[in-house]
Amino acid sequence: MLDYITSYLGSNTTPGQAGNVFWALVYIMVVFGGISVAVMAMNWLERKALAHFQIRLGPMRVGPHGLLQPIADAIKLMTKEDIIPSEADKFVFWIAPLIILCASFAVYIVVPFGPTHAITDLNIGILFMLGVSSLSVLGVVMAGWASNSHYPLIGALRSSAQMVSYEVAMGMAVVSAILMTSLHGLGAYGVGTGTSGTGTLSMIGIVQAQYEQQVWFLFKFFPLGFIAFGIFAIAMVAETNRAPFDLPEAESELTAGFHTEYSGLRWSLFMLGEYAAMIAVSSIAVTLWLGGWYRPFANALTGDTWDLVFSLFPGFTFLALAVIAFVGVVRMPKHPYFRVQTIGLAGFGIVLGLIGLILFAPPVRDRIQDIFWFVAKVAGFMYLYIWYRATFPRYRFDQLMKVGWKVLLPIGIGVLILTAILGVVL
Amino acid sequence: MQPIVQPGMQPVATTFFFYFLSGLTLLSGVLVITRKSPVHSALALIFGLLTQAGLYLMLYAPFVAGVQIILYAGGIMVLFLFVIMLVNLERSQKEEQFNKQWLIGLLAAIALGALFIIVYVKGKSFFPVGIPQPIESNNTQQIGVMLYGQYMFAFEIASLLLLVAIIGAVVMAKKRI
Repeated sequence: MLDYITSYLGSNTTPGQAGNVFWALVYIMVVFGGISVAVMAMNWLERKALAHFQIRLGPMRVGPHGLLQPIADAIKLMTKEDIIPSEADKFVFWIAPLIILCASFAVYIVVPFGPTHAITDLNIGILFMLGVSSLSVLGVVMAGWASNSHYPLIGALRSSAQMVSYEVAMGMAVVSAILMTSLHGLGAYGVGTGTSGTGTLSMIGIVQAQYEQQVWFLFKFFPLGFIAFGIFAIAMVAETNRAPFDLPEAESELTAGFHTEYSGLRWSLFMLGEYAAMIAVSSIAVTLWLGGWYRPFANALTGDTWDLVFSLFPGFTFLALAVIAFVGVVRMPKHPYFRVQTIGLAGFGIVLGLIGLILFAPPVRDRIQDIFWFVAKVAGFMYLYIWYRATFPRYRFDQLMKVGWKVLLPIGIGVLILTAILGVVL
Repeated sequence: MQPIVQPGMQPVATTFFFYFLSGLTLLSGVLVITRKSPVHSALALIFGLLTQAGLYLMLYAPFVAGVQIILYAGGIMVLFLFVIMLVNLERSQKEEQFNKQWLIGLLAAIALGALFIIVYVKGKSFFPVGIPQPIESNNTQQIGVMLYGQYMFAFEIASLLLLVAIIGAVVMAKKRI
C-alpha cells in the first residue's frame, strides 16, 4: 500500500494517466475543496467590489470588512426552510440543482493547473470540457419546468435558447485555437510519434503546444487569435448566464428566472454551480489562449535570473495582500467596539504574510510556480466578470440573439477559415 | 499497436464497470418506455445516453464518448426537452401508453432476441475475440488523420448532406426568403 502511494511521487504524469487511484483521489479532494473555497471568496469579492463600484461599503458587519460574510451566508442558507411547491414535479425539482452542480464540477477533471497538476489528462480534454459544461443547460431547463410556474419556465426557455446559441460561436473560437496546435507539429506535444502535423485536444497538450511555438495563441497570427479569444470571452459570459447576458434571471422581468421557486440549500447549489462554471470557462480561456500554467515570457526571458525573478511573484502577491490587510487595521476606527474586528484583521494579515514568507522558500516556490500563474490568470478573468456586471446594462433578448447569431458566429467562422488558410500557407 | 494500456496503467475493475454501465443503460431504457410523463422518459433517455458514453470510454474510444455527450445528451436531448415542455402534457398523459398489438410485438421481440442469441453463440467465428485495442493516447488523432486522409471523400459527402439538410430546414421554416 505504502509502495503504491510513494510509487507515483517520482512520476512526471498526472495521477490519472499514471493510473494511481490514491493520488487521483487526493487531487480530486484538493481541487474540489479549492474550488469551493474560491467560490466563497468570489462571493465576498463580488459583493465588495460591486459595492465599491457603486460607492457603497458592501458587507461590513460580519467580521472585519465582512470577511466572514460567506460563512454566515452558508449557515443561513443551510438552516433555511426548504420549500418544494406543492404542484412541482418533486423528483425533477430535486435532481435539477444536482445536475448543474455535477456538470460544473466534473469539468475540473481535465483542468491543467500545471504539467502534472491535473487530475487526469484525457486526449479529448477540451471536447470533454465543452460537452460536460453544456450538460448544465439540462439542469436549467429541468429546474424551470419542474417548478410548474410561469417565471421559471420563461427563464428556463430563455436560458436554454441563449446557451445553445452561444455554444456555437464558442465552438468556432475553440476550434480555431485547436487548429493552431497542429502547426509545426512533428509529434512534439506528447501525442506519440508518427503524428506529425496532427494537433491535440488534450488540455495539457494545448498548453505545451503554445510553449513549443513560443507564443500564446492570443498573439498567434496577430489579429486572428485575438478575435477568436474575444469571441470566446463574450460567449463565455453568455454561457454562464452572467451580466450583461443574465436574461435567464433578469430580476426586473422574471423575479429570479429559473430558480425563482428554489430556496435554502437547493438555491445555494445553483449559486455554487454558477460560480464553479465561471471558474471552469475562465480556465478554458486561460488554457487555450493565455499559455496555461506558463509564466509570462516563458520563452523570451529565460535564464536563471529571470526564473528567480518570476518565482518570487507568489510570495510578493501574498505580502501585498498582507500589507492591504494592515492598512485596513490602521484605518479601523479606534472605538473599543471595533477592537475584536481589528485584532481579527491583524491576525488575517499575519496569516497572509506568513503564507507569503513560506512561498519564498526555494522548494516551495519552485513547486508552486505553475499553479500560481494559472490561478492568477483565472483570477483576472473572475475580476473581469465582476467588472462587466458593474459596467454593462442588460441586453434585451432579441439583441442578445442578434449578437450571438449575426455577429459572433459569422466572425467566428471567418476567423476559423482564415486560421486554416494561414496555417496551410505559412 | 501492441500496448493495450499505457505502461503502469491498470484497468480499474473493468468487468464490474461493464456490467454496472450496461445494467444502468438497460434500466434507463426500460424507464423510457414505462414512464407516464414524457419529460421523465426524456430524462431517462439522457441518462441512458450518458451511460452509453461510459461504455464507449471503456472501449478506449474517448472521442466517440465525447461526441456522444455533446451531440446527444447536450444538443439533441435539450431540443427534445424543449419541445416536450412546450406541448400540452395533460392530453398526452390520458392517452393509451401501449397499443394492443401484443402478438406482433411478441413475435418481433422473439425474433430480435433469437438474432442476438445466435450472434452470441455463433458469432465467435465471425468476430475474432482478441482484437488488439488501439493505443488510447492518440486514437483521437488517428480518427482525424483517417477522416481527412483515407476517407476524405465519404466525409465530405456526409458534410454536403448535412448542408442540404440545413438549407432545407431554413427553406421550410421561412416562407419568404
